[in-house]
Amino acid sequence: MSNNLIAFLVFFFFPALLLANDEVQEGLRIMTEVDRRDNGWVDYTVDLTMILSNARGETTEREIQMKSKETEEDGDRTLMVFDTPPDVRGTGLLTYTHFIGEDDQWLYLPALKRIKRIASKNKSGPFMGSEFAYEDLSSQEVSKYSYRYLKDEIMHGEEHFIVERYPLDQNSGYTRQVAWVDKEHYRFQKIQFFDRKNKHLKTLDFYDYRMYDNRIWRANSMIMENHVNKKSTRLVWNNYQFNRGMREQDFNKNALKRVR
Amino acid sequence: MSGQATFFPSFSFVPEYHRSWDDGKYLFDFVPSFRFDYEDSERNLVDIQELAWIRVREDWEFRAGVRKVFWGVTESRHLVDVINQVDFTEGLDGEEKLGQPMLNLSFSRDWGVFDIFLLPGFRERSFPGVNARPSFPFVIHEESPGFESGAENYRLDFAFRWTHYFGDLELGLSHFSGTSREPRLLPKNQDFDQFPATTEHFMPYYDVIDQTGIDAQYFLGDWAWKLEYIRRSGQGARFWASVIGFEKTFVGVFNTRADLGLLIEHLYDSRENLLMNSTENDLALGMRYSLNNIWDTNALLVALYDIDSKEYVLNLEASTRIGTNWRLSLEASLFLNIPGPTLVEYSWGTSKKQLFDSELIFFDDEDFVRLQLVRYF
Repeated sequence: MSNNLIAFLVFFFFPALLLANDEVQEGLRIMTEVDRRDNGWVDYTVDLTMILSNARGETTEREIQMKSKETEEDGDRTLMVFDTPPDVRGTGLLTYTHFIGEDDQWLYLPALKRIKRIASKNKSGPFMGSEFAYEDLSSQEVSKYSYRYLKDEIMHGEEHFIVERYPLDQNSGYTRQVAWVDKEHYRFQKIQFFDRKNKHLKTLDFYDYRMYDNRIWRANSMIMENHVNKKSTRLVWNNYQFNRGMREQDFNKNALKRVR
Repeated sequence: MSGQATFFPSFSFVPEYHRSWDDGKYLFDFVPSFRFDYEDSERNLVDIQELAWIRVREDWEFRAGVRKVFWGVTESRHLVDVINQVDFTEGLDGEEKLGQPMLNLSFSRDWGVFDIFLLPGFRERSFPGVNARPSFPFVIHEESPGFESGAENYRLDFAFRWTHYFGDLELGLSHFSGTSREPRLLPKNQDFDQFPATTEHFMPYYDVIDQTGIDAQYFLGDWAWKLEYIRRSGQGARFWASVIGFEKTFVGVFNTRADLGLLIEHLYDSRENLLMNSTENDLALGMRYSLNNIWDTNALLVALYDIDSKEYVLNLEASTRIGTNWRLSLEASLFLNIPGPTLVEYSWGTSKKQLFDSELIFFDDEDFVRLQLVRYF
C-alpha cells in the first residue's frame, strides 16, 4: 500500500474511527455501571412463576424456586428447582457462571436420581418451552458482550440510554441486542433481540422495579414477546429475600440432589 | 409364546413424602410403590423405593435408609451403576430399580464428591414370569437362588465413589465389593454331571464380586464424548466391559425450536456366551428429538446392533405432557433379524452344557409396546 493511500485513509476515516471508538467506550461504561450497581447483593432466594401464553392467549404456568450467590472471583452460582408442572417436580438445574468462557450446568432428574452435565453450547434453546432461551436467563456478565452506545431516548417520560450489545459467544442465538437503560438508576427497561439472520425476534420489557436491601433494584415482572410466533412469556418474581448467609456448599452436586 | 397374553393392563401407585427441618439440615424421604398387574402376577409389587433420613452438614452428608443412586454417563447401557438391584419386570433398560438399604457418608470438597457406602442387605433380581412380555422362554427359579456368600442376603457390601469435574471433563471413579446385583443363570440340576438335562430350568446364582469402574464425559464443541469402563472379578474369569461413544446435539434444527441429538455408542464385554447379557460387541445408534414445546414432547430411538451375530433391537421411548397433570409415554422394543437356534457349548465348573449362541434368541417373539398414562398430584 502506498504512503499516499495510507495518508488518504487516515485523513478520511480517522475521525469516524475515533467516533466509533467513543461509542464503544460509552457503551461499555454504561453497561459496567449497570453491573456495578447490580452487584454486591451477596445472595438471595426468590420464587419465580412463568406464565406461557400462546398466540390465542391461552396460558399455562410453571413454578420455580431459585437461589443464587455471588462468588469472589468468578460469576454467580444459581440453583433452580421446578415445582410445577408436577411431572418435572424436583428437577434441579445448577449453573456456575464464569466471567470468561462458557457456563457449567448440571441437570438433576429425580426419577432416575441422575445428574447430567449439560452442554452450555445449547444455550440458544428454549427454557422449559418458554420464549426465554437459557442465555436470556443466565447471569449477564459484562465480559460476555461487546458494546456500542447508540443514542439517548425518552421512553415513558424517562431519559434512557440505548446501547447495542453483541454476544461474544458464537453459540449465542443472537447477532445483537438493543437495550434501553434508564439514566437515573442504570436499570434495564427493555431489550430487543435480533436472531442470527439479524431479524427482530423478541422484545423483553421490565416492569415493577422495587428496591431490596436498600440498594438492589429488581424488576418483579418481565414480559418476553416473540414477534414471529406471537407467543409470550411473563415472569413474576415473588418473595425476594437477600443476605440469607448461603455457602458454596449450597451450590454443589450434593445440594442439587436434595433440592426437593 | 403360548400362554402369553397380548395385553397387560397394570396399575401402579407411587405416593411421595419429603420433609426437611431446621433450614434443610435434616431431611426425610418416603416413597413406597404399589403395582398390580392383571396378567403377570410376578409383576405385582409392594416396594419401598425410598425411606431415608439425611443429615446435612457444611461439607458432608450422612444418609441412612433405603435409597436409589445412579452412577454413570452413557445411555445404552449402565455399566458402572451397581448399587441398586434392577427391576427387569419394568423394562429392559436397567433404569427401573429397587430401593437399597444403605449407610452413605458423602464428602463434598474442593477436590470433588467422595461417597462411602455400607450396604447391609441384598435384594434379588426379579424376572418377568413366563407369561409376561417380554419374557424368557424358560423358568427362572427366583425362589431358590444360589449365593457364594454364606451370609446370603445379609452380607455387608461396600462401595465408594469419587466424582469431580475439570473444566469440560466430568470424571467418576468407583469400586464395589459385594454380592453381584447381576446373577449368573445356571442350569438347575441337582447334579451338574448329569447331562443332558432339561434346559428349561435355571437358577440365579449371585457371586461375590469386586468391580472397579471409571466413567467420564467430555464436551468438545457440540460433541459430548462418553466413556464407561468396568473390570470385574469373582464371577467366573475376570473380565472387562466398556461403553464408549458420543452425543452430538443440533439446537434449533430444521429452523424450528426443536433439538436433535445423535448418539453413537460402542458396547464391548469380554465375557462369552452370556445368557443374561446380550451386549458383547454391539453398536448403539440413537436419535433424540426434543420439541421444546410447552408439553415437553420428546422421543428417543435407539437401534442396538450386534456386530457379530447381526441381530438388532429397535427401542423407542417417547413421551408428552397432556394438560397440566398428565403424562403419556410410549415404550416399544422390536427384536429383528434373530437367527434360528444353533447350539454351542457352555461350561460351568467342570461341566459342559449346550446352549443357544444367539444372544437375543429368547426375545425373538417378544416384541412389545408399552403405553403408560401417569397422573401427577
